[in-house]
Amino acid sequence: MNVHHQPPVLDDPTDLPPLFADRRKVYPQRVGGQFRRLKWAALIGLLGIYYVTPWLRWDRGPGAPDQAVLIDMPGRRGYFFFIEIWPQEVYYLAGALILGAVALFLATTLAGRVWCGFTCPQTVWTDLFMWVERLVEGDRNQRMRRDAGPLGFDKAWRKAAKHASWLVIALLTGGAWIMYFTDAPGFVRDIVRLEVDPVVLGFIGLFTATTYTLAGWAREQVCVYMCPWPRFQAAMFDEQTRLVAYDERRGEPRGKAGSLTRAEDPLSAFAGRGHCIDCGLCVRACPTGIDIRDGNQLACIGCALCVDACDGVMQKIGLPPKLIGFKSIAGDARPNLFRPRVLVYLALLLLVGGTMLVGLMTRRDVDVAVLADRAPLFVTLSDGFIQDGYTLKIANKRRAARDYALGVEGLTRPRVNAIGGETLTIEPDGQASFRVYVKVPRAALKSERTPFRFVLTERGSGKVVTHDAVFLGPAG
Amino acid sequence: MTMPSPKDEHRATTGHEWDGITEYDTPMPSWWLYVFYATIVWSIGYWVVYPAWPSLSGYTKGLLGYSSRAELVESRAAADQARAGWLDRIRKLEPQAIAADAELRTLALIGGKAAFGENCAACHGAGGQGGKGYPVLADDAWLWGGKLDDIWTTLRYGVRSGHDKARLSEMPKFGTDGLLKPDQIADVGEYVLSLGKDAKVDDKAAARGKAVYAEQCAVCHGDDGRGKAEVGAPNLAAGIWLYGGDRGTVLQQIRAPRHGVMPAWEGRLDDATVKMLSVYVHALGGGQ
Repeated sequence: MNVHHQPPVLDDPTDLPPLFADRRKVYPQRVGGQFRRLKWAALIGLLGIYYVTPWLRWDRGPGAPDQAVLIDMPGRRGYFFFIEIWPQEVYYLAGALILGAVALFLATTLAGRVWCGFTCPQTVWTDLFMWVERLVEGDRNQRMRRDAGPLGFDKAWRKAAKHASWLVIALLTGGAWIMYFTDAPGFVRDIVRLEVDPVVLGFIGLFTATTYTLAGWAREQVCVYMCPWPRFQAAMFDEQTRLVAYDERRGEPRGKAGSLTRAEDPLSAFAGRGHCIDCGLCVRACPTGIDIRDGNQLACIGCALCVDACDGVMQKIGLPPKLIGFKSIAGDARPNLFRPRVLVYLALLLLVGGTMLVGLMTRRDVDVAVLADRAPLFVTLSDGFIQDGYTLKIANKRRAARDYALGVEGLTRPRVNAIGGETLTIEPDGQASFRVYVKVPRAALKSERTPFRFVLTERGSGKVVTHDAVFLGPAG
Repeated sequence: MTMPSPKDEHRATTGHEWDGITEYDTPMPSWWLYVFYATIVWSIGYWVVYPAWPSLSGYTKGLLGYSSRAELVESRAAADQARAGWLDRIRKLEPQAIAADAELRTLALIGGKAAFGENCAACHGAGGQGGKGYPVLADDAWLWGGKLDDIWTTLRYGVRSGHDKARLSEMPKFGTDGLLKPDQIADVGEYVLSLGKDAKVDDKAAARGKAVYAEQCAVCHGDDGRGKAEVGAPNLAAGIWLYGGDRGTVLQQIRAPRHGVMPAWEGRLDDATVKMLSVYVHALGGGQ
């Protein structure tokens, strides 16, 4: 669709750079080693947490859900074991997110992108999908050969089986996600009876589709193009940060090993040249398809599979390991944990965590809000009293009904009455609004604004909750 | 991926030149263009299934037969359906019983507030704060009684509304009809002001006015000036005035009284709404 006009057309316009780079498909090769084992452990542990959590039970008494972790959207409550939050307490969620962010910064400062390489859901699910892929289609070379070859029965069934397995995993992922928002056993019962709400089906479809697309197709593109974190994580690095890196001084000049691989004394045989034998295994093992020997780069997710790959090769030819490894710019000495940024992140963690803990420990199970009437601000009554109207909103966060006796403090000769009676009753785990009128003799008012307090005394326990308010009256 | 340098002399231009200024030809990305074509195709489908083209006598209706008016009717019917159970309960009960039930009272206060905003606030003000000639509903001075049933009756039949059962009262025009002489009116005005206790009054004139009051006014407004809700006679001793408590206004009201009108709401609003309004107005601060 390029329309060109005369002159000057000096160059072929198709030379313009493309808007999007073509994706080169990455065929990671299987490698074994300590980091691969660590990744398997992380994968099993994290998926276990993901699938088991909705089934944990937590007794909250009658009338309350007994699911340990539950976000109850229609009921407008969030449950996390002993913590129960109301929508107006969503700052606890903000606090948890801040804690997570600071913990991420701290981990990144200490050991680079360990979050990306080992625990990020994108990595975990991609790893799982790659494992399935390898199971069905074989390792790197077989997959490349089959992809290059014509479509035959063998290729067709293997591709079909792979995508079918991916879709099943994606469906289980999407289905389990729903369990965080609804009663898990009830949800499974609904599925068995085929009585699932269309909206829920829509959400399952959405999460199935995103899991399948992101872990099956997009993979490293998510890390390189979509995720904002790689773009600024380098800001947390310093000379002491241990990153997956290639020891250039030891490895270069690289070269094919040839007969050196069979040397009796490899260290002296390799004297005078680099230890890197340019076998390319670190590149083939990389799930994002980069060459770590080019240095630290955005697309490196720090999964350390190249470390495993290289260590295996080094062991075979009898050279010391860790030509590629977690290394800091400052050198291989034990990293200094007491650097300012580590301490700052630690202090922030303690501060935010402590604040949240104190907040949760001192969380009141009753909330009072007072809204003063604005039309009219006050009225004069026939007996000479001035009357102000208020709406009291009381939230009862306890699982038992509460009765309050209403009173005021700080006014002269006040009379208080509430629409609906003397006692303010709030249902268990509920909230209620009350119309309240306060009357004060005009002569007793010293100014237009008289601060006072509402005093709610709980019947039975005698516990008192107060809330500040202002009594408005005529001028003079 | 590198962006072309803006100074690249080899790039194609649009060919237009304005005083030596040329513009680079930067073609749209092809995906963008395909999306554009797709929207054109989509719009054709839209014309077919939705109302689209005007004609001289109407418009093309579309295969789906959609209209926003029908959608509104539907959603209103759905809302009515959702409320039906509650409103039925309210219809079956008298305001007194509604106010006694915590659940129904809450509903009536919310429903009454909405209906008040639409129908009553124009005269009585938001929150019933009233205005000159329009009674304050948030205080305890009631012309026709402040009990729930009184308020319900006033709401249903109105005041001087023309309804058969309307609240009716008329104060004689003591001045313009020549029932009292001007100096008598001045005296009785002084006496009425003295009942309110707030104003400074001429005690002698007030004493003379007391006799006139006992003869002419006490029948309706009571011996003590506290009014009679049965006949809609206002309390003159509370310091709360419908038209104003200054001397001129009080005298004018004796000479040629003004009489407010409130419409009857029975028939205009449905039964349940009038009941909810009664509960709401009663709860505005002055209900007895």
